[in-house]
Amino acid sequence: MSGVRAAVAPGPGGILVRAGVFAYVGLLVALPLAALLATGLAPGLIALWQAVSAPAAADALVLTLTTANVMALINAVTGTATAWVLVRYDFRGRDLLSGLVDLPFAIPTLVTGVMLVLLFGPQSVIGGWLARQGTQVAYATPSILLALLFITVPFVVRAVEPVLMEQDPAEEEAARTLGAGTFTILRRILLPALAPAIISGTIRSYARALGEFGSIVVVSGNIPYKTLTAPIYVFGEIESGRAEVAAAVSAVLLAVALALTLAARVIERLAGVTRG
Amino acid sequence: MGSREPTRHLGPGQWLLVGAVVLYLGAILALPLVAIFAHALEAGVGPLLQTFDDPLARHGLWLSLVLALIALLANGAVGVGGALVLPRHRFLGRRLLDALVDLPLAVSPVMTGLAFLLVFGRGGWLEPALAAGDWKVTFAFPGLVLATLFVTFPFTLREVGYVLEELGTEEEEAAATLGASSWQTFWRVTLPNIRYGLGYGVILTTARALGEFGAVLVLGGAISGRTQTATTFIYNALEERQEPAAYGVALVLALASILLLAALEWLKRQRRKEI
Repeated sequence: MSGVRAAVAPGPGGILVRAGVFAYVGLLVALPLAALLATGLAPGLIALWQAVSAPAAADALVLTLTTANVMALINAVTGTATAWVLVRYDFRGRDLLSGLVDLPFAIPTLVTGVMLVLLFGPQSVIGGWLARQGTQVAYATPSILLALLFITVPFVVRAVEPVLMEQDPAEEEAARTLGAGTFTILRRILLPALAPAIISGTIRSYARALGEFGSIVVVSGNIPYKTLTAPIYVFGEIESGRAEVAAAVSAVLLAVALALTLAARVIERLAGVTRG
Repeated sequence: MGSREPTRHLGPGQWLLVGAVVLYLGAILALPLVAIFAHALEAGVGPLLQTFDDPLARHGLWLSLVLALIALLANGAVGVGGALVLPRHRFLGRRLLDALVDLPLAVSPVMTGLAFLLVFGRGGWLEPALAAGDWKVTFAFPGLVLATLFVTFPFTLREVGYVLEELGTEEEEAAATLGASSWQTFWRVTLPNIRYGLGYGVILTTARALGEFGAVLVLGGAISGRTQTATTFIYNALEERQEPAAYGVALVLALASILLLAALEWLKRQRRKEI
């Protein structure tokens, strides 16, 4: 990592590449997001509050945040356990399991939604059985949680894996020799070492969940005040020609997502966690 | 790194943990995947083939493929350029640029669509300029291209960036010392070295472009036969209660993503072998 410096002093070619990348990112990424924030914030804070606190919008935001909270808790635990199993144990099918973790990067979110409908819809075997037990998954809140859990599987796993690989098992062995039990080792050695990666991975999965659209829109039923999430509320407002309201709610969600992403970056930098 | 080999002979407690993880990932990830293939098998090959008979479905799949190709070329070129410049050069605004690169990952696709509407749509920032040139961006092909480029932008740049960071600059410096021009160094030394990062980037970009939904729906309007992509075709078919058509195209996309995933895992294994 010490070799991160100019390969060749940036000549005219390097400067040109730099300018080109700046222009491309500026036009493609910065300009539209600036328009979104400007439109969302232009009417002033009072109008922004009114847009966000309108009953349908407020309910949608609360639903999005609540489902994301539950998802984050589950991800922190299952993601860490998955990374542990993949790094520390050698067993038949480990490569397949590792490949499965990457599945959400490859599957279109809308197809995820279609799959969940096929699995839990009223006509399906499982959905029919659950309905007879009095539980509804599709077109109800549980389907939102399942969709979020599907699309965010890789985040915590891929954040914790590299840290776990560098964690020296000699520390754990020394503790064990000195008589420490599994839980003491977990609490005193492993969790402190892994915490930054677990937290930053969870935060990134949370930011991703706040904006999820494709997998939820076909499976949740989008019932206002019940299963309508914030991004789908924004979509409805765009379709109804109320771009200002859509931009206001978007600006709030975007601000939260940006703050979270920034927090994750800071945690990664402080802990010296490298991604990828 | 890798100071200990993974445990080969697992105890009962360790098997229990493996079992729990397999059960969780099986329920969350594998079961839905099985559902779509089970449904397809149940229906038989006929409906799948009918998918390709439907000109609108064919058009949607073709359009998604074209968009993926454009994203590959444009974001591939800019991504490699950016990955060479960002971690290695020191310049004003580097941190800002670095943060901007990650932004598309934090923005909801619906908001991406809305953001571009506010620039190019009715009453948008650039509407007068577009009207003067009689250009149409929203609800037209250029809008689909912009949406796809935005959502796939970070992949190649980041994946190539990670590889370059690990690599350092010694080989390139050696080439330069031996008298290679910077162009020669790029083609003979840098490009072969970043091939895995480029491979990951290409696969992730293709998968994301084929699967993009929210942004192309908002910005393209899903006009059938014109701006309707594979995903928006599925969405419209579901809205019109034409489930077989929707499930057919969804199955095609699912198969494509499994092929891409297999390619990704193959590349990862090749890279591990080399290290």
